[in-house]
Amino acid sequence: MKGYSLETDDNARKAPVRLVVVQGESEPAVDASDEPQVMSMPHLFLREGIALVVLSLGLVLLAIFVDAPLEEIANPLKTPNPAKAPWYFLGLQELLHYYPPIFSGVLLPGLVVLALVVIPYFNVNLKREALWQTRTRSKLAYLWASVAALSAIFLFTGAHPVWPIVLPLWLVAVLMTLPALYPRRQGAIAWLGDRSLAFWIFLWFLLASVALTVIGVFFRGPGWQFTLPWRDGIY
Amino acid sequence: MARTSTRYRWIADAVLENRVFRSIFRHGFADSNRNRSLAVFSNIFLHIHPVKVNVRAIRFTRTYYLGGLSAATFLILVVTGIFLMFYYHPSAPRAYDDMKDLQFVVYMGPFLRNLHRWAAHAMVALVLLHMVRVFFAGAYRPPREFNWVVGVVLLLLTILLSYTGYLLPWDQLAYWGVTVGTNMADSMPVLGKYTKFLLLGGTEVNENALLRFYVLHCVVLPFFLVLLLSVHIWRVRKDGGIYLGEAGEEKPDAEPEPVAPEPEPVGATRESVR
Repeated sequence: MKGYSLETDDNARKAPVRLVVVQGESEPAVDASDEPQVMSMPHLFLREGIALVVLSLGLVLLAIFVDAPLEEIANPLKTPNPAKAPWYFLGLQELLHYYPPIFSGVLLPGLVVLALVVIPYFNVNLKREALWQTRTRSKLAYLWASVAALSAIFLFTGAHPVWPIVLPLWLVAVLMTLPALYPRRQGAIAWLGDRSLAFWIFLWFLLASVALTVIGVFFRGPGWQFTLPWRDGIY
Repeated sequence: MARTSTRYRWIADAVLENRVFRSIFRHGFADSNRNRSLAVFSNIFLHIHPVKVNVRAIRFTRTYYLGGLSAATFLILVVTGIFLMFYYHPSAPRAYDDMKDLQFVVYMGPFLRNLHRWAAHAMVALVLLHMVRVFFAGAYRPPREFNWVVGVVLLLLTILLSYTGYLLPWDQLAYWGVTVGTNMADSMPVLGKYTKFLLLGGTEVNENALLRFYVLHCVVLPFFLVLLLSVHIWRVRKDGGIYLGEAGEEKPDAEPEPVAPEPEPVGATRESVR
């Protein structure tokens, strides 16, 4: 090929042209702190080994004493009631009770995944500053205006009020407000006051997903009617 | 290396100090810090770990070992999954007959299937918990933001793996669980119909869908999971190991209790380690 040649030379200092990349302020991690270090062999590997054995033992005991479910052969003509997806999808299936599939099956989970992906690229509060350090009054107003708007959306736009989303929202909002109303220097309220906005949003997502999933798994029966697991069993 | 001889030293020497062993491991018994280092970085499986770790990094209550345990469940799933593949045909109704064989004919068949099933649920749960733990630790922030994204994709792959496996027994639970899920994909605007057709190889859950889910479950998804898992772990190492908080953000609490004896000098005997 014309114009292409291997860079060979007897002088190793010249060829190939060496390139050194020095990253700013990089230093060996070992020197980064004077905290105590231990050898990975054996201290880390011992712990990993124990964790692996405990996990395996737990799963083996479970596999010995609890059988995986196996129902009769698949029959497209016989729809079970209720027809439930695996547990990690039951939060979404529970949402189907409130919103049409386009929203509960596609848009909302899509938005949640998108939110998870962009969280670290979001410039809002990456340093996780405490929420009430500055402009307490206007932030409180923003917070409760947002809570009111979100509550209105989830209470009135669905086929039923979406309590599994609204109640966690209110809980989170109250916990967020406590440090603003009763400032403390230490203790539980001070800890709440140190949390960031990202923490609270994630907590709301988490509590709402758990609530939806628990309801979908334990509290829904035939026709997706509300049931009590201790009275009617788990469907 | 000069060694003080002890009573049973000759056994260790016979095993460890010969040409065959040395051709494989290239270092002696891990009784000195030099050999302990070599044990880590001259071993392809162990070298994903650093030679030395901060004592805070290996404490159970920092990570609950959730990432490692997720990987461990994946290992269990690969092993049990390969065994299950020996007894399984991805066609209807043969797939269901194979389940019955596993239940009543195959030696330890129920145990095999149970272990695969429970490990699968455990993996989904552990990966979710791992994500929650990482978020609350604040480890998702720069410079680790892209690794967080890789982690989100790994979570989706885990759920897809579990979901594609859900259909394979070809019982009522499998059939209708998957039908509910694919009907959701169907409701996607414009693309929904095509996505569903691509996924199922047809307009409804049938034998074609079983075959597609089988190939996705056993080949395609595990391949990408291993690929991204390698990237995930490699990037953790490149960012200096697991996240321990920002400098000054969290003071190491008053004198962490030492987990190790003082490092002994190079060339010490195992006796002195005890």
